[in-house]
Amino acid sequence: MSKSAVTASSTGYDQKLDPSDAMEAYAADFAALTTRRSTDPLWLRKQRDEAFARFQEAGFPTMRDEDWHFTNVAPIAERTFSLAKPAQVSAGDIEHFRLRHEEWTGVVLVNGLFSRELSTLDRLGKGISVRAMSEGTSDIPSAGEEIIGKVAPANAAFTALNAAFMQDAIVIHVSKDASIDLPIHIMHVNSGIKVRQASHPRVVILGERNSRAIVVESFFSARDSEYLTNAVTEVVLEEGAYLAHYKLQRESTSGFHVGTTAVRQGRTSNYVSFSFATGAALSRTNIYTTLDGEAATCTLNGLYMVDGKQHVDHQTSIEHVQPHCPSHEVYKGILDGESHGVFNGKVYVHPEAQKTDGKQSNNNLLLSDRARIDTKPQLEIFADDVKCTHGATVGRLDEVGLFYMKSRGIGDVRARQLLTYAFAADVLEMIELDELREALEAMVLHRFTKQLDG
Amino acid sequence: MLEIKNLHASIGEKEILRGINLTVNAGEIHAVMGPNGSGKSTLAQVIAGHPSYEVTSGSVTYDGENLLEMDPEVRAQRGIFLAFQYPIEIPGVTNSYFLRAAYNEIRKSRNEPELDPLEFLDLMEAKTKIVEMDQTMMNRSVNTGFSGGEKKRNEILQMAVLEPRLAILDETDSGLDIDALKIVSNGVNALRRPDNATIVVTHYQRLLNYIVPDYVHVLAGGRIVRSGGKELALELEERGYDWLMEPAA
Repeated sequence: MSKSAVTASSTGYDQKLDPSDAMEAYAADFAALTTRRSTDPLWLRKQRDEAFARFQEAGFPTMRDEDWHFTNVAPIAERTFSLAKPAQVSAGDIEHFRLRHEEWTGVVLVNGLFSRELSTLDRLGKGISVRAMSEGTSDIPSAGEEIIGKVAPANAAFTALNAAFMQDAIVIHVSKDASIDLPIHIMHVNSGIKVRQASHPRVVILGERNSRAIVVESFFSARDSEYLTNAVTEVVLEEGAYLAHYKLQRESTSGFHVGTTAVRQGRTSNYVSFSFATGAALSRTNIYTTLDGEAATCTLNGLYMVDGKQHVDHQTSIEHVQPHCPSHEVYKGILDGESHGVFNGKVYVHPEAQKTDGKQSNNNLLLSDRARIDTKPQLEIFADDVKCTHGATVGRLDEVGLFYMKSRGIGDVRARQLLTYAFAADVLEMIELDELREALEAMVLHRFTKQLDG
Repeated sequence: MLEIKNLHASIGEKEILRGINLTVNAGEIHAVMGPNGSGKSTLAQVIAGHPSYEVTSGSVTYDGENLLEMDPEVRAQRGIFLAFQYPIEIPGVTNSYFLRAAYNEIRKSRNEPELDPLEFLDLMEAKTKIVEMDQTMMNRSVNTGFSGGEKKRNEILQMAVLEPRLAILDETDSGLDIDALKIVSNGVNALRRPDNATIVVTHYQRLLNYIVPDYVHVLAGGRIVRSGGKELALELEERGYDWLMEPAA
């Protein structure tokens, strides 16, 4: 099978390289980085070297890899993305993506590097610290060293690539019993220059015992360009800790995005995730959680919404290691044009994980004949006293519903728009953070208004 | 207002309407009765423009224009309203949003000014009273989780808001208890005006005690086999439909 390139870029770079050339370019970049960062702490340098060795050995995944069966990363593997350099973006560039919530704590990374100038950390309050590794590792709580590279699967190629090239990490530490109501909005901004660049941001979140926090991560570009964002977020929730974690993938449609979130959950902790994906030419979101304590709960919900030639892939994994853990998962997809969606939801129930209560569903709406979805719920159960359900659907707009709306005088275009919105509405309704839910509802409604009104 | 001539309609390969003739004038109430499978609901759906039915011959004119050439939304904008036998649930769209969208699209098609949400709220306050509906229903998703009676009331509420010239009630009485039936009927009667008309499709005579028809038509095998005044409905109540069911010619 011939490898196909993703859509031609508006930046005019159509040069493709042999993967081996790309690998050489990565090696050169890596050599430069290690020289530049020779004073980093030993553990970090060691981790970096090991990660690059693993990446070199494994190379980029191919469609022969089970985890990448429906997603061809050749468009990423065949391009050279040089390691992103520090760049300036203006407050105006990111204004639109702040979701109009100025009062939230804003943590801005430009090209994977923390920008103190654009960040707003003054309202943080007690019980929580947000630090950037680039501002010195000495005052980073030991959480950084203890967690970085310990939660995300080290062998995965993109995670290894991130570990090799990460230039900065944001470490969020929520202290025991601290309840932080003000959301922390981490904005991963690509500066959008005309050189293909890659950034590898890392975020670490530690929720100590009985703490509570809300983190929103947004990914976007200041302007349309061809770039790679390869992010890794590692989360550790101790006993009774709660984290609501929202991801908004709104990359430029010429951009590439791979993002892995890996979570380790202690006893009675509660991890609530929502992944919204609408940007990028090709994107892959991995969300992995391990329920590693009794009665830990997780909710993994999401909505992907693409058109044109976009490719959007979600892979989730819930590992039930301990008994009495409920897990809930609802993903919905809206696919138009010639877009291609992939959903793979794994639920592993280990032999010790009795009384597991797992529910998973993935529903897809195809708005065009040329749109495609590959959905693969995957349930593996090794305990005998469990309750697990999963299901996947693929459908088109309900003709009867359309007729009902039209019979009330609503025109075809508007009726389709309303029904499409309605399809997404119930998963959006599950978002607990009111401001974010309203912003996403408006975004979804606007997208279809814009699209349908031409 | 509405003139149906020799109307034939099919779904798939199956012909359901086999030569309907019916004229409805402004100010009239027509009841269309008949046993299950006689084509009553099909007639209602064809007038509203349901895409699953194909009209194979005959004509339907509405105010002198060819109705069959109009899209369903255009028919609604011109004043045709079908109260569904099985109202559709639309999770995710609130009743008030849906109704305001419909109301404003109809206003727009008539070059009338649209109402903003506040103005619409005032209108709704008045209209929900007609069907004795709780205002909180307006904030719920369209028909989602509504009881059978609530769904039917919601249909009449839509009718009250959209003020059609020709309303077709498709088995609106089915599944209603006597109190709900009265509320729905009172609603329909309250909306009656000399310049509008109503077609009541029903299996039972019961509804016609509350909505009194000027004409009663009996549909069987896709044709109108008998027409008469309101007394015909009582006769049907007593004798059933069998005596009218002649073998198809």
